Amino acid sequence: MAALESPQPAATTTAMRHAFGNVLSVLILVLIGVLAFSIRLFSVIKYESVIHEFDPYFNYRVTQFLSKNGIYEFWNWFDDRTWYPLGRVIGGTVYPGLTLTAGTIWWVLNSLNIPLSVETVCVFTAPVFSAFASWATYLLTKEVKGSGAGLAAAVLLAMVPSYISRSVAGSYDNEAVAIFALIFTFYLYIKTLNTGSLFYATLNALAYFYMVCSWGGYTFIINLIPMHVLLCIVTGRYSPRLYIAYAPLVVLGTLLAALVPVVGFNAVLTSEHFASFLVFIIIHVVALVYYIKGILTPKMFKVAVTLVVSIGMVVCFIVVAILVALVASSPTGGWSGRSLSLLDPTYASKYIPIIASVSEHQPPTWPSYFMDINVLAFLVPAGIIACFSPLSDSSSFVVLYIVMSVYFSGVMVRLMLVLAPAACIMSGIALSQAFDVFTGSIKYQLGGSSNSTDNAEDTNNAPKDDASAGKTDKGEEIVKERSSKKGKKKEREPADKPSVKSKAKKKALVLPLETSIVALLLLIMLGAFYVIHCVWAAAEAYSAPSIVLTSQSRDGLHVFDDFRESYAWLSHNTDVDDKVASWWDYGYQTTAMANRTVIVDNNTWNNTHIATVGTAMSSPEKAAWEIFNSLDVKYVLVVFGGLIGYPSDDINKFLWMVRIGGGVFPHIKEADYLRDGQYRIDSEATPTMLNCLMYKLSYYRFVETDGKGYDRVRRTEIGKKHFKLTHFEEVFTSHHWMVRIYKLKPARNRIRGRAKKLKSKTTSSGWSSKSEKKNPWV
Amino acid sequence: MAARIGIFAVVVAVFLSIPAFSSAQDLQIVNAERRIDLSSHIVKAFLTLKVENIGKNPAAEMLLAFSPTQIKNLAMVQALAITGKKKKKTYLPLDVKPTEQPDAPNDTGYYRVTFISPLGPGETVSLEVLYILTHSLEPFPVEITQSESQLVYYHDSAVILSPYHVKQQTTFVKTPSTRVESFTSIEPANRAGKEIKYGPYENRASYSYAPVIIHFENNSPFAVVEELVREIEISHWGSLQITEHYRLTHGGARHKDVFSRVDYQSKRSVSGASSFNALLAVLPPRVNSVYYRDDIGNISTSHLRTGFRKSELEFEPRYPLFGGWRATFIIGYRVPLEDYLFEASDGRRYLNFTFGCPLVETIVNKLTIKVVLPEGSKDPSAVLPFTVNQELQVKYSYLDIVGRTVVVLQKDNVVPTHNVPFQVYYTFKPIYMLAEPFMLVSAFFFVFVASLAYVHIDLNIARK
Repeated sequence: MAALESPQPAATTTAMRHAFGNVLSVLILVLIGVLAFSIRLFSVIKYESVIHEFDPYFNYRVTQFLSKNGIYEFWNWFDDRTWYPLGRVIGGTVYPGLTLTAGTIWWVLNSLNIPLSVETVCVFTAPVFSAFASWATYLLTKEVKGSGAGLAAAVLLAMVPSYISRSVAGSYDNEAVAIFALIFTFYLYIKTLNTGSLFYATLNALAYFYMVCSWGGYTFIINLIPMHVLLCIVTGRYSPRLYIAYAPLVVLGTLLAALVPVVGFNAVLTSEHFASFLVFIIIHVVALVYYIKGILTPKMFKVAVTLVVSIGMVVCFIVVAILVALVASSPTGGWSGRSLSLLDPTYASKYIPIIASVSEHQPPTWPSYFMDINVLAFLVPAGIIACFSPLSDSSSFVVLYIVMSVYFSGVMVRLMLVLAPAACIMSGIALSQAFDVFTGSIKYQLGGSSNSTDNAEDTNNAPKDDASAGKTDKGEEIVKERSSKKGKKKEREPADKPSVKSKAKKKALVLPLETSIVALLLLIMLGAFYVIHCVWAAAEAYSAPSIVLTSQSRDGLHVFDDFRESYAWLSHNTDVDDKVASWWDYGYQTTAMANRTVIVDNNTWNNTHIATVGTAMSSPEKAAWEIFNSLDVKYVLVVFGGLIGYPSDDINKFLWMVRIGGGVFPHIKEADYLRDGQYRIDSEATPTMLNCLMYKLSYYRFVETDGKGYDRVRRTEIGKKHFKLTHFEEVFTSHHWMVRIYKLKPARNRIRGRAKKLKSKTTSSGWSSKSEKKNPWV
Repeated sequence: MAARIGIFAVVVAVFLSIPAFSSAQDLQIVNAERRIDLSSHIVKAFLTLKVENIGKNPAAEMLLAFSPTQIKNLAMVQALAITGKKKKKTYLPLDVKPTEQPDAPNDTGYYRVTFISPLGPGETVSLEVLYILTHSLEPFPVEITQSESQLVYYHDSAVILSPYHVKQQTTFVKTPSTRVESFTSIEPANRAGKEIKYGPYENRASYSYAPVIIHFENNSPFAVVEELVREIEISHWGSLQITEHYRLTHGGARHKDVFSRVDYQSKRSVSGASSFNALLAVLPPRVNSVYYRDDIGNISTSHLRTGFRKSELEFEPRYPLFGGWRATFIIGYRVPLEDYLFEASDGRRYLNFTFGCPLVETIVNKLTIKVVLPEGSKDPSAVLPFTVNQELQVKYSYLDIVGRTVVVLQKDNVVPTHNVPFQVYYTFKPIYMLAEPFMLVSAFFFVFVASLAYVHIDLNIARK
């Protein structure tokens, strides 16, 4: 916060108060930052400082590469450790924002001779950026409803569970920096809208560029802002400030976005960006209309309008027709699968099993709303109402933001993350307004006899030590009174009107003393409930790294570290160029932790390749061996939870292997694996199921553990208990059987005398020609 | 003229060297007893010698001879002189050094033992010699499955290889179990339980050699650390941070085919007999902040017992190690500085720490100890009871400007008997301790001064 100057010498005491309030705000913001950082450290304290889950391992590996080889090598990085034999151009297919951020932090620290490892930097990037995100929230909300609401929103965002779930220490994923970038871009947009300054407009384009670098979710920004601009135009709120806020963003932002290799020409070619260009045209038309209106007499203007409208209609029609034709000519209508499933929630499950198979792409349930934003869900409506009294350009933006994000979060549980900041801003506004009204009326009731209304308002301006009880009114007056050092007088204009209005309303909003006190207490209780829930969520629900599991039993904590056990085994006891096949979930981890080449990984760019692995997993042993052998696979890794009851194992994911495999190779039919519409592995299971590779690799010699073969996940005895493997051999099984690694046996020796050799040669060639349809790699 | 001087020099050299090996003929070993312990993969041989000077000149030293294969794997030779009889026996350590002999037959290697006082003609002295061999048990079969136990060959000579005449000698070989597949019999030789006895053999000439092969079962953990890097960082703020990077392997018979967890878990006695899963590290007492991890994170299977004499860290690698399998891990801990850092009488400081590897019964193929001295220390020198490679490096750690001096000590083929104290001397002025706090304080100071200045300077061109 900039320091304060007192414009009027008479108001020195007020200025002192404002200065004190500013210092207090800075202190509170620092504390909010500390809170945001430290609430995310539960995972380090309860578990360890380690990278979490799946995608973060890929980002970690990329960061390692970047810190080791430098930026130019990074842009040109062709990764041959994954998607064997295709490989992957990492530099051109990855959102580099997160990696570059962490790499820069690491580089700066190391050039100061602070020898933190890349891993440590990666682990703590997310908590650091969530502190930044809460400060950005403060700035954004301050622009909308004053610094009191800003502080309240920042506190709420610092610990909103939805955001915590994506930014605990170790969760080194794009969202960790993207949410900060998202909020900061919105802040700069609002700031530009409020000030009309080109300086902020440029910064806004840069912030947008950072967002584009960081996350595919940037399309949310480039659709939301045009929508808001359109809304402003439609509701007659067009102003030059709106033009300055929007036009540079589209031009500069699109140019900058096209610099990011992964976006490239998509920034002008795909449908996600078309809305912004359309609005860009509209705003120019509107600006022209306003300009002409200014220079023409009303009569002339009417004539001009009819002329322009008729020509404009024709032009628009042609443009729209061209657009429709362009869009219709591309197979998906120019929209990527993920975006389409946003518009039509049932799209993915119908057409793209690979998107539908990811749990975070499913629609959320009601409990997940309560879990992720908790009491904010109740405060949001109040915040929306507060935004309408009075409605300004900026408050209409946050209203639009919350409406859109509520819709998107309803489509995909992952986008709850976009909803969370909006909900925090709204709830911050609501809380701040409520506190304002209640404390105001208490003060009025207590001091009403001796003080005039003016005085009461004056004391209202005095800073309170209660963080969330900062005054909206105060904030606006600060905005009003502050003559910015850069001499932006325009800042005054938008703030003037609401302040006058609120002054008038102030008198009407005096509540009885008892009511105010009770309401205050209730609000504080609500806040306390929220804090307790957030701390619980941070500590219990969202801190598990998922590569190491723990369970609390009577004889103490039990640790299941099977994943790393087997990755460490792979990395130390297999040849460095061996290829490991597993379901794509474990691809990133295998390349990062075991440093072995994988066939498919979590970047699901090649559906056919994934389908090939899915087909192999759902084929009988011999056919699977043929597929894997043709892919040079040496080891097959399966995850099996049946012994200890780990539910997200490969048998539970098996339906997706069948579905994705069957989607490309029609000889895999889902119906063959189903009994009464269900996947079963017990005695009712179909023979196809009991003979497929996944079943065999999961349950090989499982019966010998307890004599019955009782699967603790499916809660049933397995269907086929005693069987032998002919083409695979077990080379490693982790301590709790969670990871089982099999080696492909070498092809059978064919030298058994000349006659037999010839015979087997002919049969084998016959076989392979027969299997050509089945196996795309032979 | 020059040629004459050359010849003269050669003659003098020959003349001078005569006493050195003339004594070889003057000594004889009256009685030798050798006990070879094969119970672990570190072969320990205890040699009790009774040496007599039969020459005319007093002998100041004697030679111990080793076959070429042994000299390659010889980790350590120690010798003690026994004085006094029966109960009043005292042991005095003797100086032992590797040496070369010009007339060594078949690349025999030698160690020279210097007596406390030269041995007069006709006198005898009793010596205890301990030598330790690594990598001397050769697995056969080379590859075994999970259910087989590990069999190894041990090659040696039934008679002691010695440059001296040996009057009487006996060799006892102790095997870890009673299962001995075969052993070369050189009469008189017999086996009883876990012990094979060769001898007594009478009057063997110098350099007698009688190769024997013993093929026996040895399922003890063949834990070999291929490379160990120990970094000891001295902080004058009160602690010593030790970080140890291990690259461990199972040095026994290679594992072949299947690893079956169900067999490993249910039939523990017969399955994977030669594999090992538990390791024990002996750490200093008062150890704290112990961690055990590897490149991909913490390893949860460890247990620490602290005591007054020593602390013991029981830990397991991520997976059991079968023959040929490898694992890497890092152990780190911190000990209080006052237990290990002292001030010498000349004002220099010295670190007194233990050399070697903290893991028990482990061979280290390559050991590197890096002693990181605090920033600003000068004139480092290391004092060790045996020879190691030494060099100096510079390391930059937290906010360093000139860097810290690192004394690097490097030694191959290290066994637990090398765990003896060593010292690193250096000079250090305590004022350097304040450099980094001062830097931090001044950095913050400048930040505040800068923000103060920014607030008070008006950069506007136009006055309002």
